[in-house]
Amino acid sequence: MANILTLLFNGISEGALYFLMAASLSVILGLMGVVNFAHGTLFLWGAYVFRMVFIFTGSFILGIIAAAAAGFVLGIIFEKAFISRVYGNIGAQIMITLGLQIVFTELVRVFWGPTALVVARPEFLEGVSHIALGDIGTVIISHYRLFLIIVGVLIAIGGHLLLTKTRVGMTIRAGVQNSEMVGALGININLYFTLVFAVGGALAGFGGALFAPLSGSINPDSGNMFQLMAFIVVVVGGMGSFMGSALGSLFMAVMVALIGWTLPDISLVAPVALMALILIFKPQGLFRWAVKK
Amino acid sequence: MSLLKVSNLVSYIGLFTILHGVDMEIKQGEAVAILGRNGAGKTTFLRSVMGLVKTRSGSMVFDGNPLVGKPPHKVSRMGIGYCPEDYGVFDHLTIEENLNLAVHKKNAATAERMDYILDLFPDLKKAHKRNAHTLSGGQRQMLSVGRSLVNDPKIILIDEPSKGLAPVVIEKMALALKEISKKSTILLVEQNFHMATIVTDRYYIIDEGRTVHTGMMKDLENDKELQQQHLGL
Repeated sequence: MANILTLLFNGISEGALYFLMAASLSVILGLMGVVNFAHGTLFLWGAYVFRMVFIFTGSFILGIIAAAAAGFVLGIIFEKAFISRVYGNIGAQIMITLGLQIVFTELVRVFWGPTALVVARPEFLEGVSHIALGDIGTVIISHYRLFLIIVGVLIAIGGHLLLTKTRVGMTIRAGVQNSEMVGALGININLYFTLVFAVGGALAGFGGALFAPLSGSINPDSGNMFQLMAFIVVVVGGMGSFMGSALGSLFMAVMVALIGWTLPDISLVAPVALMALILIFKPQGLFRWAVKK
Repeated sequence: MSLLKVSNLVSYIGLFTILHGVDMEIKQGEAVAILGRNGAGKTTFLRSVMGLVKTRSGSMVFDGNPLVGKPPHKVSRMGIGYCPEDYGVFDHLTIEENLNLAVHKKNAATAERMDYILDLFPDLKKAHKRNAHTLSGGQRQMLSVGRSLVNDPKIILIDEPSKGLAPVVIEKMALALKEISKKSTILLVEQNFHMATIVTDRYYIIDEGRTVHTGMMKDLENDKELQQQHLGL
């Protein structure tokens, strides 16, 4: 039992990373109708920029800020230079975002090499705590994983408040339903498109930065698995829904942890199969009831 | 001087040219109907004015400034309110949020405008904390029209406000629009001839993407042949 609790804890901490990827992916999809296959490369760049700055300055915080900033800038470049030209053309969007994913992942190989690079954890987040739970046993809590969960919860609460309590959030929620009408009310919706893409990029870069010390090493393929999981979370949580992504991430994290424990052979197939079933039987996702988009 | 002057407007959607030459002139304070059969190009015309449909040629001048090529948010800020055919209300926002979202610049007059709108549509006043998805079709239309008034626009473009509404609600809406027309210029696209006669004084008929007739509404009311020829009434 203690092992299962430890596994669940570890799974939920990875769910926080899924959430950082999926929340922005979902809002981008809802607001702009863009399926952004380049999101994984922003995650990857975040991881590499984090490592570089962390090694150079020795500051974990500066590394994270630099990673988020890199994602933010790349998000603006992607939206302004490429994606804004193909709004409404889904085929072209898929080709362009896939192209960006390939090119920017190759650039990572060019700049940092094709082999895996080691990433250290910051000293203040090293170590584990052993929590004795009587007859159940002892649950092992990694400090870094606990940090990831706290960050994930804070981002979820902050994002939810931003979307529900501010004019910017109100505009984004309205734009998710009908961006054309938001424009007809006198709001420059294109600015919001760029802003959402940039913040989405920052969240993905931030996620990459948090992932690197968790994994202990990064390579040019590191973003792929998280991008796939993020897409699954978007489908599970409901496309366009921020809090749906939070609940979807939690659900997927728990599911993957439990399947990994009980039926490890299908732990990779199960999430994809679940996504296919949801797309067929409940395409609006499992958690749209819980949120105001 | 005309408030809105449109000359030989040609607009297209994708590969299809929808408007082949629309001419129109609206003066300040007028209430004008755009009539025509289904698919004649009435909605596309309003969307062209708003910058939501691309224009190939022709000119549109609003209050002395060119409109062609301007994005929708700039058109709106020039003083044009817009109520689309499908209401365009945001389901996950409350009535209050829907109204507030439309405010360009909050000032002393904003609260007065809000009071005016809520007095005009008491249904909105009663339910202003409710999410828009809980509203009836008539209430959604009221919200759409009310929202277009928030910035005290120079003209309001209203697209088929009677569509899908019960006769009693249509009557109520027509009277509200008549009231609005005392203070605002209105350009109304309408299939419901009765509503158009209550709200507007003048009309244009669009057929196959061209303006084919214009005149006073009271003359059209008496001209059954013209009604039959262009409106199929």
